[in-house]
Amino acid sequence: MSVEPGIRPGAVEATVLLDIAGASIAYGKVRAVEGASLRVGAGEIVTVIGANGAGKSTLLNATMGALPLAAGTMTFLGRDVGRLAVEERVALGLSLVPERRELFSTMSVEDNLVLGGFRVARAVARDTLAEVYDRFPRLKERRRQLAGTMSGGERQMLAMGRALMGRPKLLMLDEPSLGLAPRIVADIFRIIADLRASGVSILLVEQNARAALAAADVAHVMELGTVTLSGPAAVLARDERVIESYLGFH
Amino acid sequence: MTSPPAATHAQPLRSEAPMTARSEAALPPTTAGGPQTEDQRSIPRGRLKLPPLEPCIAIAVFAAIMAVLPLVPGVPLFAITLIGNIGLAALVALGLVLLTGVGGMTSFGQAAFCGFGAYTTAVLTTTYGWSPWATLPVALLVAGSAAVVLGLLTVRLSGHFLPLGTLAWGISLYYLFGTLDILGRHDGISGIPPFSIAGHDLTDPRTVHYLIWGLVIGAAILTMHLLDSRVGRAIRALRRGQLAGESFGIDAARMKLVVFVYAALLAGLSGWLYAHVTRTVTQTPFGINAGIEYLFMAVLGGAGQIFGAVVGAGLVTVLKEALQRVLPQVFGHGVQLEAVVFGILLVGLLQVAREGVWPHIAALWPARGRPVPPDAPALARRGASAAPSEKLLVLDGAVKKYGGLTAVNAVSFAVGRGEIVALIGPNGAGKSTTFNLITGVTRLTTGAVRFEGMDITGAPPQEIARLGIARTFQHVKLNPEMSVLENVALGAHLRGHAGVLASMLRLDRRDEARLLGEARRQIERVGLAEHMLKPAGSLALGQQRVVEIARALALDPVLLLLDEPAAGLRHKEKEALAALLRSLRAQGMSVLLVEHDMGFVMGLTDHIVVLDFGTKIAEGPPAAIKTNPQVLEAYLGGVA
Amino acid sequence: MDGTILLFLLQDGITNGAVYALLGIAIVLIFAVTRVIFIPQGELVAFGALTYALLEAGRLPGTVWLTLAFGALAFAFDLAASLSTGIDARKLTRSAGLTLALPAALLAVTYGVAGAGFGPGVHILLTLALVTPLGPYIYRVAFQPIASASILALLITAVGVHLALVGLGLVFFGAEGVRAPSLSELTLELGPLLVSGQSLVIYAVTLLAIGALWFFFERTLWGKALKATAVNRLGARLVGIRTTFAGALAFGLAALVGALSGILIAPVTTIYYDTGFLIGLKGFVAAIVGALASYPLTAVAALAVGIVEAFSSFVASDLKEVIVFMLIIPVLVWRSLTQPHVEEED
Repeated sequence: MSVEPGIRPGAVEATVLLDIAGASIAYGKVRAVEGASLRVGAGEIVTVIGANGAGKSTLLNATMGALPLAAGTMTFLGRDVGRLAVEERVALGLSLVPERRELFSTMSVEDNLVLGGFRVARAVARDTLAEVYDRFPRLKERRRQLAGTMSGGERQMLAMGRALMGRPKLLMLDEPSLGLAPRIVADIFRIIADLRASGVSILLVEQNARAALAAADVAHVMELGTVTLSGPAAVLARDERVIESYLGFH
Repeated sequence: MTSPPAATHAQPLRSEAPMTARSEAALPPTTAGGPQTEDQRSIPRGRLKLPPLEPCIAIAVFAAIMAVLPLVPGVPLFAITLIGNIGLAALVALGLVLLTGVGGMTSFGQAAFCGFGAYTTAVLTTTYGWSPWATLPVALLVAGSAAVVLGLLTVRLSGHFLPLGTLAWGISLYYLFGTLDILGRHDGISGIPPFSIAGHDLTDPRTVHYLIWGLVIGAAILTMHLLDSRVGRAIRALRRGQLAGESFGIDAARMKLVVFVYAALLAGLSGWLYAHVTRTVTQTPFGINAGIEYLFMAVLGGAGQIFGAVVGAGLVTVLKEALQRVLPQVFGHGVQLEAVVFGILLVGLLQVAREGVWPHIAALWPARGRPVPPDAPALARRGASAAPSEKLLVLDGAVKKYGGLTAVNAVSFAVGRGEIVALIGPNGAGKSTTFNLITGVTRLTTGAVRFEGMDITGAPPQEIARLGIARTFQHVKLNPEMSVLENVALGAHLRGHAGVLASMLRLDRRDEARLLGEARRQIERVGLAEHMLKPAGSLALGQQRVVEIARALALDPVLLLLDEPAAGLRHKEKEALAALLRSLRAQGMSVLLVEHDMGFVMGLTDHIVVLDFGTKIAEGPPAAIKTNPQVLEAYLGGVA
Repeated sequence: MDGTILLFLLQDGITNGAVYALLGIAIVLIFAVTRVIFIPQGELVAFGALTYALLEAGRLPGTVWLTLAFGALAFAFDLAASLSTGIDARKLTRSAGLTLALPAALLAVTYGVAGAGFGPGVHILLTLALVTPLGPYIYRVAFQPIASASILALLITAVGVHLALVGLGLVFFGAEGVRAPSLSELTLELGPLLVSGQSLVIYAVTLLAIGALWFFFERTLWGKALKATAVNRLGARLVGIRTTFAGALAFGLAALVGALSGILIAPVTTIYYDTGFLIGLKGFVAAIVGALASYPLTAVAALAVGIVEAFSSFVASDLKEVIVFMLIIPVLVWRSLTQPHVEEED
């Protein structure tokens, strides 16, 4: 079942969906990200790994428009989006599942999903809702339940489902495995792989470097606000420096 | 001087569900509401620079001008009267500057305290024939007592409930003034005697001028002294949230009450003066609109700035006078447009210049560098405790439940004397909650915490600090506008003694020198000597963490609790930090730290406790932890 | 105090309480969506009452000019924003339609209607149409530019808006008080109690308005979007809800409710340009009991405020306001204790 039928898997290498060049992001005077560049091609999973406070979430938030860009450019589908508001980026097909999920906790699961389709036509939203329920049967079972009463794994699924309701072209996931039991983490990564198979591109920020590198095509390592290493995920997974810092204790 | 909010808003995308909105008790100029706020613009430092000016010289110059003014021929009487009114308003605004700008408590009700002062003296002089001078202590006592009663209720109010509370009692008291027979109901009290000295009535504005401005300048000096002291640092620490202050032994609720009463006393003083200057008292000048005007003065002048109070009072009073003269001529009589103009100005001010006027004026002078404090005799150290047989800190079956969620589940471990123990685990494992249980920020559901053999379960943070447990925070909690030195001196709060009065009268200088000397030593110890006088907010985040360690050391702790001390540090800085912690350990200090950097933890610690989902899954020396299969599983997830 | 007086005071209290309930609900609505503690809600009530009473008296209400002026100001803000980000002709045309053409059209209609002998129905609709746009205009001018500032900055701004609106009320409506004729001349005898038709109208309209708001929030996508904005602003932005539009909508609804409350009380009491503040603050007491979050709690609290007010004006009429406002303090203390302000450390 395809959630985003617009992009043919064949065209993967050709189209650059998101292009971030030399992005710097600051809170007041303190720069949290300095000159970061990365690209996401259509149909790709790109991951950014790094320690707490390295600037990964900041980069995602700025890409979504929730933080202003101090320097650099951001292009999405060939259009400069660096100055657009969050809502306008949503309309263009960018979507973020934030680290804190940011669900409407006192509203039902179904209301959360329906609001996820706020920007799309009613009929399309109805079809998409059926697709999301197919992908996450658990959400269908719990559609009347309040979002705030769900378990961590279910909330992550709901957050992803809500994001998919907007029919995004690029889905950004901020620490989707955070605070989840290993078994659930495995489920989440299976879903991520499924989504890619159905044509959604994914930009994934993770502290769980091993899982992220296994799932992604391309990986970037961030340290202290800058991208220090980039390359195919499979190559980085064997890189001595990555292994030392992120994959094991030595 | 914009404050870089990064220090306090490290997590940018925090939802702002309104019912639980964060502490925004502080006034606009320094509260960047969130990541997208546009109020991060800095004050343009004017190109025009005047020679450096010491505040004491500035005050002397100002006092001289005020002294000469009534003597200058050609200055019209109404101007002197107007300047007198400015002085009366400045006293109230000065209190608000302290209350709102520094202490972070917004009050719309200050005018009511003027009312207490004014009505007290009006009743005593007209009904009971007291001399105006004799009523001053009573007027202040009445205003102060009212402030204690209202303050006990009000300062406990959280967030935006506090200004709403002041609005409510402001209106109530206004109606009360107009209802009581003894206060002359709506007609008020007239025929109040003027001030008089040796039989000479001070009815001439030119003579009363000296009384008013003498008091304003005196109050400004005392307030300045107060802010630049041990108590002042405690007050300034309030607006950034109470937790940091409480963790160093500051009784936040008491400090707030002190500030609240101080502001009310200044307002009461102004009311007392007002009654004898205008010689008639009615309820109108003590209503909520007047309260709003006083707040407007404080915001316009630049909340948090002592001179801003005078500037704000001057601008608003002159503007009001001008509007009352000009508008009726333009729009015809009977239409009072000044409220409209004030309202629009207030709205506009918050949109374009939330920091107020004074910072722009202050920018004309070069930033005044304070000298590094000289070496001072060391503060007394904590006496060595009788070493009981038990370990220094013992956590015994600690459980913390939030509703149905168990954040910490029966965790037990101990920190021995002179040991460095690390608490590790994936995000959300309960490490920070455990920290908060030890420091008294959060109460245990069940279980116990013992320190030096003493049960400290449920003790408040101030008490924990007194016992010698000092901490740092995962999200740095420094006051970004205060210098590194002052931030660190806050850590030594419990080791000083000077109180409010001593600080105002500058009887605290020896105590103060020793506190600052201690702060200086700790800053040098952690290697930040060159940044000592900079605002803490201007340092890199990693350095701010180290400032927090210096602040913790200034407490003279037995046990240091460090929450992710190495996050944001570069490799060399991490090595320096590790060396510092080793040398502390060599001197007998115990350390419990939460850290993600495994290289740092493995090379430094004696003992490691691993948490996962709130449960302790392993503990032991680093070598054993490295190879523990359960630990590997928890860290790498099930996907590997 | 005998039973009849008791019943009479109770009825009086409930009638006032019903109006306070509408106000309290509007205040909660605005706070939930925009975090603005909207002190001037009472002014909107006064404007509604004055507009309706003047129309009923066959005069042209100053509201037309007020709406025109605020619309022009809102357009100036849109224009300035547009100039700084690059002109978007479509957006600007839409803005001009809503902020310039709409008040102009209202002015023309009002000229035709005022004094032309239309009945209360037309006057009510026109009053609602004239006052409701003020909400979004005020939001655009005063609050949208600092939408992400602290609650406190927003509160001080609200106080500024209150000052300005009271002053403008005097300019546009003059100092004289007005009273509208009753909406219903009917009286109902319930035992010893005479219930006026006006009271019945107030009960009915309050219930209907609350029902309509419930339907809007529970059953429509836009209502859910507003609710979502209140629950989680960031989450709302992430699904593409424009928070500025949500804010304007909330202010519009609040102004509509305010105008409606004004029409309801215009026949009950004489309204002056500055009457609104005290009425609005009583809605506030209720809203605070509801923690600025709960609509049902606010409505119940509003009835309680009305009843306390009725009884205290009987027992100690001089101290009526003192009692009602001092009531907030224990409520605030209770709220502070039940919703302690936590500094999160995670």
